[in-house]
Amino acid sequence: MINLDNISFDHCIKCTVCTVYCPVARVTHLYPGPKFSGPDTERLRIKNPDLLDDSLKYCSNCKRCEIVCPSDVNIADIIRLASANNPKRKLSLRDLILSSTDLIGQVATRTAVIVNWTMKLSPLRRLMQLILGLSHERAFPQYASSSFSKWAVGLIQTQETYPEKVVYFHGCYVNYNDPDLGKSVVQVLNRLNIGVVTTAEKCCGIPLISNNRLEEAKKHARHNIDVLKKAVGDSDMKIVLTSSSCCLALDHEYENLLEMDTTSIQGQIELITKFLYEAFEQEETPSLKPLNLTVAYHAPCHLERMGGVVYTVELLKKIPGLNLRFLHSECCGISGTYGFKEENYAISQAIGQNLFDQINDLKPDLVVTDCETCKWQIEFNTAYQVVHPITLLAKAMGCQNILKTGEKKTGS
Amino acid sequence: MKSIETDVVIIGGGVTGAGTFRDCLIRGIPAVLVEKNDLASGTTGRNHGLLHSGARYAVKDSASAVECIGENRILKKIARHCIEDTGGLFVALDDDDPAYSDKLIVSCRSAGIACREITRQEALQIEPNLNPQIVRAFTVPDATIDPFRLVSANVLDARERGGQVYTHTRVCRIMTGPEGVTGVQCQNRLTGEIFEIRARVVANASGVWGEKVCRATGIEMKMFPSKGSLIIFDYRVNRVVVNACRMPADADIFVPGDTVSLIGTTSRKIAYEDIDTAEVEEEEIAVLLEGAERLVPNVSKTRLLRAYCGVRPLISLEKGTVDGRAISRGIVLVDHEDRDGLKGLISVAGGKLMTYRLMAEKTTDLICHKLDRTDPCTTNSLPLPGSETKGRVPARRNQFKGISASVIGSTQYRHGERVHQILKSDRKNDGLICECEMVTAGEVEYALQHLNVEDIVDLRRRTRLGMGPCQGTLCACRATSFFIDLKKISGEKANQMLVDFIEERWKGIKPILWGDALRETEFSYWIHQGLISTKKKSETPDEV
Ligand SMILES: Cc1cc2nc3c(=O)[nH]c(=O)nc-3n(C[C@H](O)[C@H](O)[C@H](O)COP(=O)(O)OP(=O)(O)OC[C@H]3O[C@@H](n4cnc5c(N)ncnc54)[C@H](O)[C@@H]3O)c2cc1C
Ligand code: SF4
Ligand code: SF4
Repeated sequence: MINLDNISFDHCIKCTVCTVYCPVARVTHLYPGPKFSGPDTERLRIKNPDLLDDSLKYCSNCKRCEIVCPSDVNIADIIRLASANNPKRKLSLRDLILSSTDLIGQVATRTAVIVNWTMKLSPLRRLMQLILGLSHERAFPQYASSSFSKWAVGLIQTQETYPEKVVYFHGCYVNYNDPDLGKSVVQVLNRLNIGVVTTAEKCCGIPLISNNRLEEAKKHARHNIDVLKKAVGDSDMKIVLTSSSCCLALDHEYENLLEMDTTSIQGQIELITKFLYEAFEQEETPSLKPLNLTVAYHAPCHLERMGGVVYTVELLKKIPGLNLRFLHSECCGISGTYGFKEENYAISQAIGQNLFDQINDLKPDLVVTDCETCKWQIEFNTAYQVVHPITLLAKAMGCQNILKTGEKKTGS
Repeated sequence: MKSIETDVVIIGGGVTGAGTFRDCLIRGIPAVLVEKNDLASGTTGRNHGLLHSGARYAVKDSASAVECIGENRILKKIARHCIEDTGGLFVALDDDDPAYSDKLIVSCRSAGIACREITRQEALQIEPNLNPQIVRAFTVPDATIDPFRLVSANVLDARERGGQVYTHTRVCRIMTGPEGVTGVQCQNRLTGEIFEIRARVVANASGVWGEKVCRATGIEMKMFPSKGSLIIFDYRVNRVVVNACRMPADADIFVPGDTVSLIGTTSRKIAYEDIDTAEVEEEEIAVLLEGAERLVPNVSKTRLLRAYCGVRPLISLEKGTVDGRAISRGIVLVDHEDRDGLKGLISVAGGKLMTYRLMAEKTTDLICHKLDRTDPCTTNSLPLPGSETKGRVPARRNQFKGISASVIGSTQYRHGERVHQILKSDRKNDGLICECEMVTAGEVEYALQHLNVEDIVDLRRRTRLGMGPCQGTLCACRATSFFIDLKKISGEKANQMLVDFIEERWKGIKPILWGDALRETEFSYWIHQGLISTKKKSETPDEV
């Protein structure tokens, strides 16, 4: 039954801009687009919950529709809730695996050598498509052999000594696939005389949300809100993130979609580029070494949704020598776990094609983006290595062990 | 002059006329239906759409209550696809007279209406958005009924049995001879053509216009018109029919109707001359919204779609009445041979939308009597086209492969079993014309070919096209192209039709023009005026 407190669909004026901008609707007729799937059919589902369309599953949750909507309709949220409330919904083993990033990460880091090797085997991938519905064409992210959180345990004492501190929500990707990015974050912040605190965080919940496991996502949200609250206490300490999707989860989805009480951490969640940009503005920009590179910047959809692109861009502009080129705002097509599914593979590739072409035409030294899954998608589809903005910044600040260019691009 | 022969002419394509038309044809009596505008364009298309259980009348008028519950049970069987068996609630608030609640239970029991008191918690479970301040609640077998579909299905059945229909055709004169009535003279309002229909019996089912129709033959049948206004909300705010538990008053019934909810009604006496120009007044909007918020407080956050009013005819049977006493509120069936000495003329009026079948039965019985026939009435068991089988799940789902569940469901909701003639899995057929109400190209074509559609306003009544949040902004132009293709109308005529449709929508939006409705209208204005510059003909500057 309709909850009359949550009725953003009612404001839709049917302008159809959202459908024009939906990357999925652009490439396949199987998906009728956000206007139809969101506000239009929501009225019908209120009338009769059986009027639930199978095509909702094609929504990738990229949220581009919400960016362009002039009426502030939470279109993707409406679609998520409708899919999640589907009484006929069954959770496949595949979706269970894809959305359980925590669990899989824990196992995979312990057995990284084997996992990374076997996942390259084509027969195994074919078998996984057959049994699980995971696209066999997709390369899987590489796992690190030791997690970031394990490394961070050794940090506690040194970080205590800093006068100012932030909480770093590293997310599953840094933890299991790319601990080096996390280490760069710590180095950069330490150089600014800021200490880093980590918590016993769980996966932010975005993969759970995208796979319609809202109840589990709520559990994660509750846990994360609790541990973060404990870490910040009564202070106005910032909680910084490197992953734009984790940031969207904490800053937007917890409150709006999962209806969590986030007052205790409200206003404290920030993508790291915004935090640093503001720190540089307030204090002064540390001296940065020139990086004579041509880099192409790809703005992740979820970062656009939060309006955070400008901070990343302004931060990168501060690096001397950097020839920063902007890629047109386009979805890369992966949308987290979406592009890993067999039935979405072709759609995912078609969505990203424009972006890949742009990159290939530009021939940059590196591609930069704030999102780990965009990175996988671009690396899988082009010959270019993709790095996080912090990786570049850390290098410009002279941090160690950063960015061995020329190293074969991987998931780590 | 063209002349058509038949046994019975029925004036008025409201629910009463349509029901009588069908009943005649089922009994094998040749009949012709004449409607001056569109089917269900009179009072029938401007009401609440409540399939009364009778509880609303139980306390004051037990005869009506008994009539209602009887018809309620029949219609739930024969008109399944026009009805949604939502159930209903009566809820009392603190300031309602507690004695009324007690009377309600007792009166319902004696009328045979199942009325059960439930706890406040149970009521809130049934209807979560209900005012939590309610003190008592009762369930009753109220339901909702779609008047447009009901009329359309009655007419469709009659036509499939050989009946003829003339819409947009006005009866200008009832022709008489020494033997009494000989038929009617009509004018097609679209072409201007005048023709006559010769018949032995003329049944005047023209509702509140009945006074005028009778006046033309020198017969007095005085009507005291009472206007009732309603407001439509953008979506279903409530699941079940919610009635205020008190003596019938303004704004005390909240009805979920298809994709929307309606609050109504008011009751304002108007002068007979004003029946064609009655409008919703600001004062009524305020009264209606207050009543709605009293039952469901959160509706204040909901977008309003439009407001409209209908005119109830209250008929005085005594000749020479001026003050409206001796008014009859039930079904009025007049044999003008007995009353006025004019053989062959019958008038039927009053009653309710949901007692139409009974009215039609009584009228057709009288028609049979006039024609010396004895055919029995079977409409109490013969389902309407579309309502033949129980349940709403399409039997042949495969036919609809690849079509969205929401489209199949909506089409079936509107046309029942006939969905199989309408929807097909081919992209030309299942493309959406109206996106708010899920009206496909196939449904538009079906309506144009089988359901007496002459313009977009008619199409709206058959399909709900243009009845959703955008009020026709996106679908009207698309629909127009079907008239050009299938009805071969000229571009100029198509433009005029489009303008007329937009004007008709605008009339209902004007009284509630604020908030999201205002934003929507602004957008619609850009599209129609700015982008495709639709203009009223009179606004086109004279050529120099
Ligand atoms: C505000 C309101 C709310 C109501 N709510 C409900 C409800 O919830 N449930 C319920 O059961 N009932 C309800 N009613 C009552 C119900 O709407 C009417 O009883 C019923 O619709 C009357 O139908 P009808 O066919 O007799 O009249 P109408 O629908 O008015 O039909 C008469 C038709 O005759 C046509 N006509 C007139 N003159 C001519 C002519 N010269 N030539 C050709 N055609 C002509 C008109 O165009 C019109 O279409 C409500 C009424 C009102 C006003
Ligand atoms: S979230 Fe992305 S895929 Fe889903 S409807 Fe919106 S734009 Fe389309
Ligand atoms: S962009 Fe927003 S207002 Fe426009 S159609 Fe989509 S949901 Fe509605």
